[in-house]
Amino acid sequence: MNLILLSIIKKEFHHILRDPQTLTIIIFMPVMMLFLFGYAITLEMKQIETAIIDEAKSNESRAFIEQLMATDFFRITSADVKSNQIETIFKERKARCALIIPYDFSSALQRNKKVKIQLLVDASDPNAANFINNYVNQLNLKFNLKNNADVFIPFSFEPVMLYNPDLKSYYFFVPGLIAVILLLISALLTSIAIVREKERGTMEQILVSPVSPIQIIIGKTLPYTALGFLDSIIILLFGCLWFGVPLNGPVLLLGFSLILYIITGLSFGLLVSTISKTQQVAMLAALLATILPTIMLSGFIFPVASMPLIFQYLSLIVPATHFLEIIRGIMLKGIGLKELYIQLGYLFILTAFLIALSIKKFSRNLEG
Amino acid sequence: METVKIKNNSHSVIVEALTKKFGGFTAVNNISFRVSGGEIFGFLGANGAGKTTAIRMLCGLLMPTSGQATVAGFDVYTEYEKIKMNIGYMSQKFSLYEDLTVRENIEFYGGVYGLSRKEIREKTDYLMDYLKLWDHADDLTKSLPLGWKQRMALSTALLHDPDIIFLDEPTSGVDPVSRRNFWLLIYELAEQGKTIFVTTHFMDEAEYCHRLSIMRDGLIVELDKPGVLKKKYNAENMQDVFMKIVRGGKGQD
Amino acid sequence: MNPIIIENLYKTYGKVTAVNGVNLEVRPSEIFGLIGPDGAGKTTIIRIIVSLLNPDRGQVLFKGTPIAGNMSFVRTQVGYMPQRFSLYQDLTVEENLDFFGDLFNVPKNIQVNRKNNLYEFSRLGPFKSRRAGALSGGMKQKLALSCMLMHEPDVIVLDEPTFGVDPVSRSEFWEILKSLAKKGASILVTTAYMDEAALCDRVAFIFNGRILGMDSPDKLVSQIRDSIYLVNSDAPHLLFDRVSKSGKFKGCELFGDGVHLTDSDEAGIETIKDILNTMAVSYHKIKKIDPGLEDVFLKLMNENSL
Repeated sequence: MNLILLSIIKKEFHHILRDPQTLTIIIFMPVMMLFLFGYAITLEMKQIETAIIDEAKSNESRAFIEQLMATDFFRITSADVKSNQIETIFKERKARCALIIPYDFSSALQRNKKVKIQLLVDASDPNAANFINNYVNQLNLKFNLKNNADVFIPFSFEPVMLYNPDLKSYYFFVPGLIAVILLLISALLTSIAIVREKERGTMEQILVSPVSPIQIIIGKTLPYTALGFLDSIIILLFGCLWFGVPLNGPVLLLGFSLILYIITGLSFGLLVSTISKTQQVAMLAALLATILPTIMLSGFIFPVASMPLIFQYLSLIVPATHFLEIIRGIMLKGIGLKELYIQLGYLFILTAFLIALSIKKFSRNLEG
Repeated sequence: METVKIKNNSHSVIVEALTKKFGGFTAVNNISFRVSGGEIFGFLGANGAGKTTAIRMLCGLLMPTSGQATVAGFDVYTEYEKIKMNIGYMSQKFSLYEDLTVRENIEFYGGVYGLSRKEIREKTDYLMDYLKLWDHADDLTKSLPLGWKQRMALSTALLHDPDIIFLDEPTSGVDPVSRRNFWLLIYELAEQGKTIFVTTHFMDEAEYCHRLSIMRDGLIVELDKPGVLKKKYNAENMQDVFMKIVRGGKGQD
Repeated sequence: MNPIIIENLYKTYGKVTAVNGVNLEVRPSEIFGLIGPDGAGKTTIIRIIVSLLNPDRGQVLFKGTPIAGNMSFVRTQVGYMPQRFSLYQDLTVEENLDFFGDLFNVPKNIQVNRKNNLYEFSRLGPFKSRRAGALSGGMKQKLALSCMLMHEPDVIVLDEPTFGVDPVSRSEFWEILKSLAKKGASILVTTAYMDEAALCDRVAFIFNGRILGMDSPDKLVSQIRDSIYLVNSDAPHLLFDRVSKSGKFKGCELFGDGVHLTDSDEAGIETIKDILNTMAVSYHKIKKIDPGLEDVFLKLMNENSL
């Protein structure tokens, strides 16, 4: 029994090591994706091109502009613009927002009257527009407090960013990427490994031997679990050392969750292999079955709480949803088993269900 | 509970009224035959005549719909795990992993059949001597000439010393000299009392069998020695016999 | 002028010499068979002819034009059916034919005529709206051939067209080839089946990249001057073993349930019986036979000590 399993595992490792192209892809794809997401696709905004229309031209308005320029957020690309030029500036994409300081800025301030500073935002990129809007509101509040200290405001918002004080998007992305990449790679690996043997015809040879389906499945998945784990360590190392993502929580729990999650991916792969006749089909099916739900539904980019209700329910059966909470919780919040047992439970149940289903389908497929 | 199986020495494969249906389609229709130990038994038929389905039932890969069959004394319905321990399967096209070395292939299949490390080592040494492959033990299988691959495939199928060996087009595409060497090996195995089952499209492979069954549309339409069949159909060779029999049916579709 | 002339062709892949100095020509409206086992170099030669591979040395003249530098000429003129060619499984028979007609720029009105002719001779007419994937192995091969004939090439190159097809479908396929040759097409075909060699006008036996013998089947067979006897036995391997060890006969080869003995001394059947009896081997039939192409191939392989 043990020797049979060992032979299959050994053989599978030979296949992996003899195919340097695939091995390279397995190891470098995560790193490449990490860099892509980490740098190119960033949700942070800095250096927003800004046009200033200062109609007041007073000391106060200049102080205000200076204060804006002191932040990293705005970069004034067009100062001292006439109000009739605004449209051209937007159309030529010289600025993404424009601040219009009215001529009565100073006098209103002095009379403690409310001043309206108009903010024009190019909303053709709504995400960016929203972001700018929020930021300016915050700034506005601070400015008010500073200059109208005697004005009584019963309460004030003082947002403090916890766990990711600089709102760095790769804090958010690195754990999420681990979720996407691991699921994808483990599903791809198993499905291709099995379908390849079907294509070559060696599967038939193994089937006429006394090896049981369970042994085939375990023998095939164990090496890829190891490979998946290796991948996750590579991503974690890059995430922590290169991007400086913290790892605040218990490492052991993280390791356990990673393995559990890899097994989820592998059983996905098994399922895919039962429906695919060729490696191409297996590859496409694995891609679709893992990437789409993981990116769209798990909270990887879009928060689950802001989805329509039906999608919120749907997200519950996406393994990545729970894994994301676990890994973000452990890495960023530093929480442990006490706070995460519900998510772990969900993930465990989903994985158990997937394994059972895929083993059942796989065995029946062999019989057919 | 231990049950002691007494092997039927005279008949290692007994098939009675074996039938397999897929939905409304009857792939194998009520076939019966017996094969003795030491016999080379050929299984012929056009594409889709039911050969593969019949063989898969005997190998324990498919459940029959009805009928009886025992292989090496074990029942195909209930004892397919034991059947698998007692059969070897070789398809020249497929059975080896091209990206493993000669030694690794032998070790893998030895392991799959549950041989101990010591047994695997002994068998490997023996096969390397026998196949004269010591110089190529650590070469990838894909670099070997076809004739060698085919003898290696046979050897790995024999690692667990099975009583019954299934061969699927064992010498297709092999040169005439290697083919003859291969068949001499097969005759030797038959002499040791092993039962050899051959399925093939190559009529010159069929000529080497002791007895032949020819299937058409799920039925066994002929079952006899090649010489008898040639006489019966007044044919020069099995090619002619086959043509006469298969053309008599509704064809391969 | 011969449509295909191969001169002194060499091709190596790394350390392996796939084609080792091959010379041959295909004559007008003949079926030329390149016969040999897998790995002998058949496919490499075919691919060089249709300009998919470049030779290391030597040249191929296609209708008198060297293929080097004339790729498009070769490709528009030749009808080529690659090994294990499997068509578009998800297109119907007719759609496959249409596609290949369009591919070779055959005008639509001519396509209709040709399709009808092809349906007739391949007997695929009743199946024209069936998907290629649902055809039997033999019908698929006929469809593949038909697709290749849509542009009516007069030089046809086929690489193992009957691989994995049962004997009945194979013989139908060969009848089609015969009728094409009769209409004037020159055909080069490769095969590993010895029985198909006998159906060619001329054959070349190829092994390890070298041509061992080339001629018409009759002339090849007539190379064997010695008498050949077929001896049948219940234990052909024992018979073979005893006879070949005795060294009493020049040749002894296993053939199915018997052996072919080469009687180079013209000793005659009675003497052979006596010799066999002294060896105490059992046999139940002995008769003089005409040698076949397989005997020739074996003889050539032995002579070249391969």
